[in-house]
Amino acid sequence: MSSDVQTRRLPADHLSRNFEEVIPPYTEQEAVTEAGRCLFCYDAPCIRACPTHIDIPSFIKKIGSSNKRGSARVILASNPLGLTCARVCPVEQLCEGACVLGAHHKPIAIGRLQRHATDWLADSSEAPFTAGTPNGRKVAVVGTGPAGLACAITLRQLGYEVTCYEAKAKPGGLDTFGIVSFREPVAIALAEAAFAERAGVKFVLGTRVGKDVPVDQLLADFDAVFIGAGLGQVPKLGIEGEDLPQVLDALQFIERTKVEPLDSIPIGRRVAVIGAGNTAIDAATASKRLGAEEVSIIYRRSLAEMPAYAFEYDFAKMDGVIFRWLTAPVRILGENGQVTGLECMRMTLGEPGVDGRAKPVAIEGSNFTLPVDMVIKAVGQEGTFEWLKSLDLESRGGRFVIGPDGSTGHPKVWSAGDCAGEGGAEATVVAVVEAGKRAAFGIDARLGGPQARARGNGDARILGAPIPLRAASASPAYVQQGVHQS
Amino acid sequence: MIDLTSNTAGIISPNPFWLGSGPPTNTAYQVMRAFEAGWGGAVWKTIGEPIVNVSSRLGGLNLNGQRMVGLNNIELITDRPPEVNFKEIAEVKKRFPKNAVIASLMVESKRETWHDVVKQANDSGADGIELNFGCPHGMSERGMGAAVGQVPDYACQITTWVKEVATIPVLVKLTPNVADIRYVARAAVKGGADGLSLINTINSIMGVNLETLEVAPNVDGRSSHGGYCGPAVKPIALHMLSQIAMDPEVGVPISGIGGIASWQDAVEFIALGASSTQVCTAAMHYGFRMVDDLIDGLTQYLEQKGYTSLAGVQGRAVPRITDWGHLNLNYKVVARIDPAKCIQCNLCHIACEDGAHQCIRPVQPGVREFPVVDEASCVGCNLCSLVCPVDACITMTRVDDPTAPSETWSQRVARTGSSLAAWEASDTHHAGTTTGTSD
Repeated sequence: MSSDVQTRRLPADHLSRNFEEVIPPYTEQEAVTEAGRCLFCYDAPCIRACPTHIDIPSFIKKIGSSNKRGSARVILASNPLGLTCARVCPVEQLCEGACVLGAHHKPIAIGRLQRHATDWLADSSEAPFTAGTPNGRKVAVVGTGPAGLACAITLRQLGYEVTCYEAKAKPGGLDTFGIVSFREPVAIALAEAAFAERAGVKFVLGTRVGKDVPVDQLLADFDAVFIGAGLGQVPKLGIEGEDLPQVLDALQFIERTKVEPLDSIPIGRRVAVIGAGNTAIDAATASKRLGAEEVSIIYRRSLAEMPAYAFEYDFAKMDGVIFRWLTAPVRILGENGQVTGLECMRMTLGEPGVDGRAKPVAIEGSNFTLPVDMVIKAVGQEGTFEWLKSLDLESRGGRFVIGPDGSTGHPKVWSAGDCAGEGGAEATVVAVVEAGKRAAFGIDARLGGPQARARGNGDARILGAPIPLRAASASPAYVQQGVHQS
Repeated sequence: MIDLTSNTAGIISPNPFWLGSGPPTNTAYQVMRAFEAGWGGAVWKTIGEPIVNVSSRLGGLNLNGQRMVGLNNIELITDRPPEVNFKEIAEVKKRFPKNAVIASLMVESKRETWHDVVKQANDSGADGIELNFGCPHGMSERGMGAAVGQVPDYACQITTWVKEVATIPVLVKLTPNVADIRYVARAAVKGGADGLSLINTINSIMGVNLETLEVAPNVDGRSSHGGYCGPAVKPIALHMLSQIAMDPEVGVPISGIGGIASWQDAVEFIALGASSTQVCTAAMHYGFRMVDDLIDGLTQYLEQKGYTSLAGVQGRAVPRITDWGHLNLNYKVVARIDPAKCIQCNLCHIACEDGAHQCIRPVQPGVREFPVVDEASCVGCNLCSLVCPVDACITMTRVDDPTAPSETWSQRVARTGSSLAAWEASDTHHAGTTTGTSD
């Protein structure tokens, strides 16, 4: 067996076409027509289903009246990363899944409408967010993924001086580097970071906290520190052959497809992707689109336990990805330092484990070898938090323990995103955005609360109009106070 | 076997679907295409004084993605000479002897001029004449069209002149741009009209371009009021039709016009007294082929109802209309919501809460799964059933005793002696309400 890994398996124009966004934007007429289907429900279920509680009927109504600016304002008031979420939200499980038209008709295409309402901002020089009146407080945000950006933008609107530290040369975290460009182009994530910058959020790029600047320095220089560092690497499989050069980390592989010329990225003729989460699907479809002829997803459980969303699975099937269920990798075979195959073992499902999912059990003597030229690991993520050791933060399962407002045990430290809480690497971007927002409100409450808000929140503006910032949708006072009969 | 034959003041057509006078009936080519498609009759594009048209001429009203729910025009009558039109009418009648061709006429208000054009119409072989007393734009500025139709004496005078020489039935087409359409209708009948057709188009300004502030339809940066028609005008037309149909001083056959786009629309016009119907906007929108479902749907409707001809339904809804003061105050319906059909959109709640009588409690997760009507407060206004997006989910259900005697406002005032006493005697919410149903 000889290994076959090359660049340019497809002509350059074919490659670039393969990495263009798969879902086309709506034309104005398509958007207005789709918006016209929205019933404009009162107390709409879609709003409740959105983790950031976007007033969806309101933004759709504004699309219907060709008021895209007002529509974007409604979206961004609740979700500062509305452009990314319009693309990557699992809408079938959130807003669109709750649409009252879903049961007997077709739910409103809320995600695509949200994209229509906000996409124009990406190519504009608009500053959709405006800083609140300065309140004299400073916050450091570590990491510029969705949690960090949501926290930074919200704090900035509340009047804080916000400095974001980012280890990479570009901001955006997984939105920039970890979502394949045919789902979200790099420019979209960078535009959202630019909105923060235009609102006055400072960015210190290419600077790794803990290495280039000690975290204790941040604690000394700032009133609060928000940690939204993410996780960042795929854990070791712990099998033979893992160190061969054609064994890749899925996140690093996806990052290459986002920042390097597509015709410079080597890809195997036959690729095995280990894992069946959304990152595994992204790695598998990206491999296919780089020209790999045979791409297999290797998963030790079955379809029912697969963490990837149903639409991701369908998408991968459409791209021709092969799913090998109940299959676990045993060792990676190599010849002359090149991957030649993946030895696997058949599994069966046993009793449910602690997480409720059935435990895979190996079938003795079922070993077989899959001839492959490249192996991509996508079995979750883990972080290394040595650099935060001095803070003595409580962690569980490799993630920081946080309160509902993002607070940690440390009085000056808040956290959210993949590195914190229960969600972990399979948390949705939109849930992470909400967590970042909540942390901003948590910081605000701790650093002065109503007083700070009174000084800083009075003139927060989104796309030119004052919008009251709020953590979630609130009822008017006369309803809360029960003036109405119930 | 269903017979769709229609007879309007002696103008016979194989079915009650005529093309109204307008762009679709401008030429023999069009009218013959229409007859081949199945139209029963055609009122020719108005023939008369020499005119020159402008460009552009039409403006459309779109609603929620639906195009042309309303249409207006500033096009004038035909720009082709009367001789050409009458020659083409003769040609059409030769090829389609069974289809009705009605010559629409409009000339200056001189007896000789009218006599001259009516004689040409007589000689053309047309089955009838329609006097265009309704066109609200352009021609009215020259003392014709609506300028005649808005003044009963003028309408009577010209009808009289026409009848002096007409050898075929004469219909007078009425303008809706009047306070009460019955006065001109009576004047036309006094002048000898054999029948009426209504409504002509309604005065309108179609819209303003928000970028340029130009008004539609745009003619070199300026516009003029035009005649409004299309589905949006149907209720106005039905009202005027019923007024004419109920007026004992009129009593002539009517050709119904105004927003007819489906066989159901046509049945409504016929039920309110029309003998034939005229369609224009819908044919301009979809082409002559649309008549297929008009005929098919009407035939099946009559068959299902057990009628053999239009007589089964014609005028049958007219007695259903009365003055408000003669409506039964004791009749009471309330909204009932079918939970099996409800999709929990809460539109009934918010419509009732803000736009009606605060008697529908909303769906609230964990509190109630379906909206609940407080029947004691419900006045039976229909609003919730109108906004509900699901057919037959909200039913307005009768709750009074149908065997109990009815009482109208007129009767109640007569019984109690005054309006105030009648009000005090009524089961009305005399006290104001200050609270709603939002939890």
